[in-house]
Amino acid sequence: MAGENTQEYWRWTESHWKNPDIRWEDAKIVTVGIDVGSVSSQAVVMTDGHLYAYSNMRTGSDSPESARNALNFGLEETNMPESRIDYCIGTGYGRVNVPMADRSITEIACHARGAHFIYGPEVRTVLDVGGQDCKAIRCDEKGKVVNFLMNDKCAAGTGRGMEVFADLLSVPIIDVGERSFQVKEEPESVSSTCVVYAKTEATGLLRKGWQVNEVLAAYCSAMAHRIFTLIERIGIEKEFAITGGLAKNRGVIERLMKEIGLEPMRTDWDTQIAGAVGAALFGYALVQKGKGRKK
Amino acid sequence: MIANYGYRDGSGDYFITIDTDKCDGCGRCVQACPGDIFQVVDEDPNDPFREEPLVIIVSDKRKKLKYECGPCKPPTNRPPLPCVKACPQDVISHSW
Amino acid sequence: MIIVGIDCGAKNTKTVVLRDNKIIGKGMILTGFDQTSAIRESLHAALKDAGIDVKDVDKISGTGAGMEEIRDADVRVNEVKAMAKAANFFVPSARTVTDVGAEMGRAVKIDENGKVIDFAINEKCAAGAGAFIEAMARALEAKLEEMGPMVLKSDKSIPMNAQCAIFAESEVVGLIHAKTAKADISKAIHDAMASRIVSMIRRIGVNKDIVMIGGVGLNPGFVDSLKRELEIDKVYIPPDPAFGAAVGAALVLAEET
Repeated sequence: MAGENTQEYWRWTESHWKNPDIRWEDAKIVTVGIDVGSVSSQAVVMTDGHLYAYSNMRTGSDSPESARNALNFGLEETNMPESRIDYCIGTGYGRVNVPMADRSITEIACHARGAHFIYGPEVRTVLDVGGQDCKAIRCDEKGKVVNFLMNDKCAAGTGRGMEVFADLLSVPIIDVGERSFQVKEEPESVSSTCVVYAKTEATGLLRKGWQVNEVLAAYCSAMAHRIFTLIERIGIEKEFAITGGLAKNRGVIERLMKEIGLEPMRTDWDTQIAGAVGAALFGYALVQKGKGRKK
Repeated sequence: MIANYGYRDGSGDYFITIDTDKCDGCGRCVQACPGDIFQVVDEDPNDPFREEPLVIIVSDKRKKLKYECGPCKPPTNRPPLPCVKACPQDVISHSW
Repeated sequence: MIIVGIDCGAKNTKTVVLRDNKIIGKGMILTGFDQTSAIRESLHAALKDAGIDVKDVDKISGTGAGMEEIRDADVRVNEVKAMAKAANFFVPSARTVTDVGAEMGRAVKIDENGKVIDFAINEKCAAGAGAFIEAMARALEAKLEEMGPMVLKSDKSIPMNAQCAIFAESEVVGLIHAKTAKADISKAIHDAMASRIVSMIRRIGVNKDIVMIGGVGLNPGFVDSLKRELEIDKVYIPPDPAFGAAVGAALVLAEET
């Protein structure tokens, strides 16, 4: 039963992309946003406010190095020299440790701005569930934050909580969502919020003869309900968008959306770049306002 | 902007809400708070285009509000909260 | 008169036998997932320890998270009332009593008769309960009973950023990788935990004398951290602090009888 390859549970796909229709040589202003999160880091390059290139990779143990790697990976196929960058903004949990950044801006501001860019001006509520936090943001038609909360104190309702749970049940994290629906009927939710106590509760349920998939379902629905009641504090307004790693777990997302009674917005973009996109856009706005780097 | 600083854990919700539109950064709450949880900054960290002073919650206190605010919140006969009382603009509220 | 007090806790079930308010027998069994059998076994162990038969028992009093499962109980006493009574019994000058259980932390303000004046509770979050230290012991790959004595060997103060037990585990692993001494990590863990318990005590006021009951009272490292955080020289620990609530429950019943 013990996981033979625990390391594999959270394997992150690393990717980078370059817009084939843009030549950086034609750009007036080049800005970069770097989002160093607890699990993954992204770098986004924008030319005059258009998305030109990005990268998404795992965060290493060292924030400055992770920022450096993300930027190198983002620029890899562009041939653009780093000196061409007019302004660089760091964001995310490691934002003060981005050495090439001219300044840092909170992930709350960047996320709202980035979601507005990725999903369009109709987005009003953004939920981001990352590895170690859960953010809920309401924004206006310009992508400005009007109400927010961020919970990074407690592991319940974060990717880490789900990871611990998946580990306990020896289920690869990517299979959690699918398997949580392979049950005859939806079981009652796990009642403990605290991950430590939920683990004890789950062990008790397995002893009582519950199937692993039923325990997964019970935890996914507990997590969905927890996130739902948390974001009620800021008020939920249409349109609703979900970003962050948890967006990939349909076990939680589908149960959550059922409680909310809305369909989440869809996009072809990798939603994990939202924070870095927002940072690059702030950089562009600041340079336009003449508040860019002193040369 | 309604800024909710704090958290929820298994034991409850512990949020301090700051209505940034009403705050002028006068700092009376900073003086009033015995736990040093408030701080006046020159611009809103969550709105880079707002360049007027306002109050925020000190970042390393945000995960400990239940404890930091404990002394002002006895279980019975709770007096008015010093931070809320000190604020002339009605900017601050507590969720618990 | 022989009165039995049973405290069915989240981790252990403790039973005491009192003859005319003197402890004559004790039994403690891991609660596990079967509260009923833990209650039965701890009762048997306590009766055996006292050298008496179940027929000799006049009354049974129950307390603790699983008190509803104590089917033979004549009364059930809430934990706050039980710990207040116990503190007053062991230390008549007690005015503040704290109980750090496996899944719960409590602080109670009491008067000279052991009557509850005010109380504060932390529950449903492992950060403020004994489960925090247990989880950290696993991360540190140390035995739980080694954790406390280690604290006394350290004179460093390393702050812990994480409050949540799950995040704190990662932080402990990080400290191990950074080659921090185990004793220093253990001290950081206990200091963090004690500061949360102390904030809870401050809500009801720090009034001497201070008594600690519950199994964590046997952890010298925690008591040391607690004293430092409270800035006081002495915290009273009754003999066998784990049985505190069971004794208190029995005493409450004895008083009513």
